[in-house]
Amino acid sequence: MKTLIPFNYTLIVVAIGSALLGIISGALGTYAVLRRQSLLGDAISHAALPGIAIAFLLTGSKTPLILVLGAALAGWLGTLLILSIIKLTRIKYDSALALVLSTFFGCGLVLHTLIQRTGNANQAGLDTFLFGQAASLLERDVLTMGILGGIALLIMSLFWKELKLLVFDEAFATSIGLPVRALDILLTSLLTVAIVLGLQAVGAVLMSAMLVAPAVAARQWTDRLAHMVLLAALFGAIAGVSGTVISSSASRIPTGPTIVLCATVIVGFSIALAPNRGLVWHWVRQRKNKARMQRHGKTTFTAQEKLAERLATDRKLLESPQREGDLEA
Amino acid sequence: MNTLETKAIEVTDLTVAYQEKPVLWDVDLDVPPGVLLAIVGPNGAGKTTLIKAILGLVRPAAGRVLIYEKPYPAQRRIVGYVPQRGSVDWDFPTNVLDVVMMGRYGNLGWIRRPGKAERELAMNALEKVGMQAYAERQISQLSGGQQQRVFLARALVQDATVYFMDEPFQGVDATTERAIVALLQELRANGKTVVVVHHDLQTVTDYFDWVMLLNIHRIASGPVEETFTSDNLRQTYGGRVAFMKN
Amino acid sequence: MAIHQLEIQLIAIVVAVACALPGVFLVLRRMTLMSDAISHAILPGIVLAFFLTESLSSPLLILAAAGTGVLTVLVVELLQRTKLVKADAAIGLTFPALFSIGVILISRFAGNVHLDMDAVLLGELAYAHLNRLEVFGINLGPVSLYVMGTILVLNLTFILLFYKELKVATFDASLAASLGFAPALIHYGLMTLVSITTVGAFDAVGSILVVALIAGPPATAYLITDSLARMLILSAILGSVNAVSGYWLAHLFDVSIAGAIATTTLLMFGIIFLGVPERGVIAIARRRHRQKLEFAQTMLVIHLLNHEGLPEAAQESQVSHLQEHLRWEGQFAAQIVRYALENRCVSQANGQLALTARGRGIAQEALVQ
Repeated sequence: MKTLIPFNYTLIVVAIGSALLGIISGALGTYAVLRRQSLLGDAISHAALPGIAIAFLLTGSKTPLILVLGAALAGWLGTLLILSIIKLTRIKYDSALALVLSTFFGCGLVLHTLIQRTGNANQAGLDTFLFGQAASLLERDVLTMGILGGIALLIMSLFWKELKLLVFDEAFATSIGLPVRALDILLTSLLTVAIVLGLQAVGAVLMSAMLVAPAVAARQWTDRLAHMVLLAALFGAIAGVSGTVISSSASRIPTGPTIVLCATVIVGFSIALAPNRGLVWHWVRQRKNKARMQRHGKTTFTAQEKLAERLATDRKLLESPQREGDLEA
Repeated sequence: MNTLETKAIEVTDLTVAYQEKPVLWDVDLDVPPGVLLAIVGPNGAGKTTLIKAILGLVRPAAGRVLIYEKPYPAQRRIVGYVPQRGSVDWDFPTNVLDVVMMGRYGNLGWIRRPGKAERELAMNALEKVGMQAYAERQISQLSGGQQQRVFLARALVQDATVYFMDEPFQGVDATTERAIVALLQELRANGKTVVVVHHDLQTVTDYFDWVMLLNIHRIASGPVEETFTSDNLRQTYGGRVAFMKN
Repeated sequence: MAIHQLEIQLIAIVVAVACALPGVFLVLRRMTLMSDAISHAILPGIVLAFFLTESLSSPLLILAAAGTGVLTVLVVELLQRTKLVKADAAIGLTFPALFSIGVILISRFAGNVHLDMDAVLLGELAYAHLNRLEVFGINLGPVSLYVMGTILVLNLTFILLFYKELKVATFDASLAASLGFAPALIHYGLMTLVSITTVGAFDAVGSILVVALIAGPPATAYLITDSLARMLILSAILGSVNAVSGYWLAHLFDVSIAGAIATTTLLMFGIIFLGVPERGVIAIARRRHRQKLEFAQTMLVIHLLNHEGLPEAAQESQVSHLQEHLRWEGQFAAQIVRYALENRCVSQANGQLALTARGRGIAQEALVQ
């Protein structure tokens, strides 16, 4: 060991894999966050477990592609069930999501113990599913990730303006003849691909963070969707690589949680310091305003302050009506 | 107007129900080209639903809609739409120019990106609504009136013949209201047909030349001076309306 | 049935009921996902307390974890209040971060203490009865039964004491505030209960499946009843039924008990979702079909009434014309005409429809002003 961090071949493969995952989930997670479906990823990733178990039971194979297919299918079924529950009953989005997430996972657990009992698999399978095992990523896995993720990102950029309009203004999109149902399905499918690819690296429990954190961080730095997607991908990649490197530099630090914590640090940094939106600047501006107001007396506001105040009230007005499916706190 | 018979919009026996609860009942509406039509009626009268049904955003239980004698899907290119301002998330990461260019997406077709031509059209439209200085502004930094102008500009770049606008005067300042009215009148002067969901009964006679009184079914429609009578208004707003018991 | 089987089922029932009661309010307040967040985010609290006490059922551990749970709620709300992060994203950021800290703590330092991740995430009801409460050498039964029993009593007491306040705060927070009920206090009280319940339950069912116990029975009960009191009782009953049937399902196939309970929760929801009278999917489909016919019939009579006595009446009342005018498919138009004829709303002669007195009555009634 010449350096503190051993840069060996395995580490490079794992780092590339984590970076790829960060790019894919960061870019696609942007749409989930903008559509206020941040937790849909959590549901899809948990709902994938029975799919993996059934795929294994049916084929007896542990080929990643087959398991990925099973996971995607089950994740899809879960999403469909959530949507039909909301549509057909008065149960709201959050309850439907929680119900599907936990009970699908329970079914998966039952199937998993069933497999275990037949002596066909070992416990490691479930642990990998829950927490991922970035360290076990092979060149082959990274290649699969790169190809599938690349296709997903290519589709995203091909339908760029259609997806943007879908997320921003669905009614207008419908009025100009865009097939919004099909686009909605496409977007959820892309999200499912990102999640299933990430399961192996960070696992079901933490996958949602990989979708949400880079996007939330990116939102603070830019007001353009294109930049937000690129930045989210970049943040995702940084989190992936730094998490991998940190966890390999000391013993017994699992990779997945470290990647998530790196992503969280990026979010904290962005929320605090991003220009314009950052909390620190906000606080500084407030202090300055207060000082100025004290100097001029409270009756004279500058035009700028008046505008700022009006914008603030406008924003409040816009945000006050809680959207359906939104969480009240 | 090539022939007197041509109708810009022809709605026949339109019925819309949400979960089997009627929202619009057997509504007929004929709109000649080149008029400025206000749809008025109390809350829950189905004004927005009527527009949405015409545009195919909600599926009618029965009835037929023709735009210049053809069904809506065939005429999308000549129809412009301004949704309610509150229907979108204004914190979406995009700027004014980008939102306005969305009006060209229908004409662009799949995959093709907006280019220089679309940019120019969008800038022209922004100039018409007095917002060219705001082209690069993030949309969350706009006031209510400015947001409405942006939506109008987006409809303008659609370069439509028939426009549908859902409450464009909702929550805008007096200046914006005057600007919108001037714009609507300019559109009409150019032979466009504009249908506006409107709330303020005071201004109907000043702003519009046609009016439709709606309360789940059509009470009356036609030129303002003939139709906007106190008798019709009483029928629209007075008394309670009871529909199917189940 | 052996005594330990009885004990396991009893623990399962107590856990299920304890989870279902606060779950009702979470479902009604649209905050169910907060339980998912809390159940994951309490991990670091559990781990730190476990390092201190080396026991999974010590009161200190429950307190520490409950504190972490409330902290999670606070962090989520603070994040939202910055206006920089939406509610759903705030949850999606907070719990994975806290959970990650917990996982890292465990794998880094817990090598020599007994606390493995499976126990935390999945729980194992089958072993829940092994840890016995002994006082002066007398075996008083499983510890977890006492722990969860206490939590159940706590939940019940809170709900009974503040029933009125909870009800108002759930359905109209601003009214509650104006009545001086301090909705924020009720809110945090409820969140504390959820945290405590989650910690108590994760030992038995793990932190993912506890969400099934919290969300499942109340969501199912919500399909059946409109009354809050009945929803509480029904959720408790459904939770118990799910727990017991889940136990036997697990027994039959020799699989994870917690997983099986989650499965029966899903099955129970599915059965009610499809089959419950009035609100089930099947009932809705049937009613929709009948209403569609009646609705179309009303449309037909109104259409006829609108054009009655006008010059175009002869044309508008032709059966063949309905297809074009009401945009009905030929088959559907025929079905509706048959339905209307059967109900004696219209009469038919020479392919022309005419309103009967009854039909006119229905049309006028539908248009009453």
